[in-house]
Amino acid sequence: MKEETNIQDREVVLQVKDLYKSFGDNQVLNGFNMQLHKGENLVIMGKSGSGKSVMIKCLVGLMEADRGTITVMHKDITKLNEKALDILRSDIGFLFQGSALYDSMTVRENLEFPLRHHTDISKDAKSTEQLVLNTLDSVGLANTIDLMPSELSGGMKRRVALARTLILQPKIMLYDEPTSGLDPITSKEIILLMQDIQKKYNTSSLIITHDVDCARVISDRMILLIDGIDYAVGTFKELSTSNDPKIKAFFKQDL
Amino acid sequence: MLVITQIRMQLRSLFTEIGELSYFTARFFKNVFNRPFEYKEFLRQCYQMGNKSLLLVGITGFIIGLVLTLQTRPTLMEFGAVSWMPSMVGISIVREIGPILTALVCAGKIGSGIGAELGSMRVTEQIDAMEVSGTNPFKYLVVTRVLAITLMLPLLVIIGDAIALYGSYLVESSKGNVSFLLYFNQVFEALEFGDIIPATIKTFFFGFAIGIVGCFKGYFCKKGTEGVGKAANSAVVFTSLLLFIIDFIAVFVTDIFYDL
Repeated sequence: MKEETNIQDREVVLQVKDLYKSFGDNQVLNGFNMQLHKGENLVIMGKSGSGKSVMIKCLVGLMEADRGTITVMHKDITKLNEKALDILRSDIGFLFQGSALYDSMTVRENLEFPLRHHTDISKDAKSTEQLVLNTLDSVGLANTIDLMPSELSGGMKRRVALARTLILQPKIMLYDEPTSGLDPITSKEIILLMQDIQKKYNTSSLIITHDVDCARVISDRMILLIDGIDYAVGTFKELSTSNDPKIKAFFKQDL
Repeated sequence: MLVITQIRMQLRSLFTEIGELSYFTARFFKNVFNRPFEYKEFLRQCYQMGNKSLLLVGITGFIIGLVLTLQTRPTLMEFGAVSWMPSMVGISIVREIGPILTALVCAGKIGSGIGAELGSMRVTEQIDAMEVSGTNPFKYLVVTRVLAITLMLPLLVIIGDAIALYGSYLVESSKGNVSFLLYFNQVFEALEFGDIIPATIKTFFFGFAIGIVGCFKGYFCKKGTEGVGKAANSAVVFTSLLLFIIDFIAVFVTDIFYDL
């Protein structure tokens, strides 16, 4: 509880206020609010189709919200132009649900790709090579550098995708279902890796997941996204022992 | 009443698509002059589209040359005009058959390939990943591909035309006593700059149409793997239709210049 208080006192690096998003008649987000503090692991859980992925995509400008403000490191991303948004995005790492590795590129090229617009990789080939190797090493896959994504297993793809997001040393990490589609052992490895990364790079992480085990292990705080709003906020322990019927039903279902 | 409503809805969706394609094209021109230019990807696409389509274009051209000559020969013989064969084949291939058939073949091979590739990149979130990493995916994926096919198609057409004429020569030399030099001498005597230049210029527009439609369909692909198939298919259908419209406009404009 002491650590919880400390986290709440830290600087807010990401804030969402009254976020609304609909697709036709389907109101997905209905005034969602959240705050991510520096160094915090915030888990957002919700049923399938509850708008978790829509929300996380709004955070990086991949989707435009209908209403509401999103502040990332004191900048309202809804008011940024394309160039300013690109600069801000270099401070945000995004791990996609399906890894989203570039099929036509080797692992090395996948990792070099985000560097293209932030460093001159042709002039600085040696240090780029070293950076790619070090980052791959931090996810335990330095030996895959010249492989194609099609030659990697699901867990390895997820690790390489993680390395790709880490190469720009982001301050905020967004994870969209980091353990989905993986077997329990690989899921555990990914969760441990996420914890290592947080310690090593001192990142603030927003994790969207269905995986209750993942939430239990990694979360400092949790938000339950129900009916498009931040229905409940608290620690895993607080929420999993709640007497609220909706929260109870949610945990019963998942546990 | 139901039919009218359906027609109205289809027309509406057609015009919406034309509007979106126009906006996409404007975005291309906005991005094409922005630095830095993706040289490496552009050259890779030129190789993929140019070199890897060469065999298909060559075989198609060769067969067209053979068939055109074989089918035209009996009619020309009836009129005692078989000596006109090289001129006739030369003009028809260089002015019309070569460019439009090569463009249609490339629409099938390259246009559908671009649609499917970008479509699968869209549904597997690879384009989103590029955007999030601070890279401009439009510039990297769309600008390079559209420029590559715009520049490669005229070259493919020229090579396809040459192979088609060679195919025609083979038929002529086997049926009549025509040397290589005599055949091609007659072909080039019949051709004027007025035949070659407009035909070449329109192939740049053909290439641009193949690239921009393929990219447009793939870039905005929806509905998972089913959407990828649809993107590839509609890229070919829409491009083929567009190629004939461009061809008609090109011939119409050329005709105006001939009249002047």
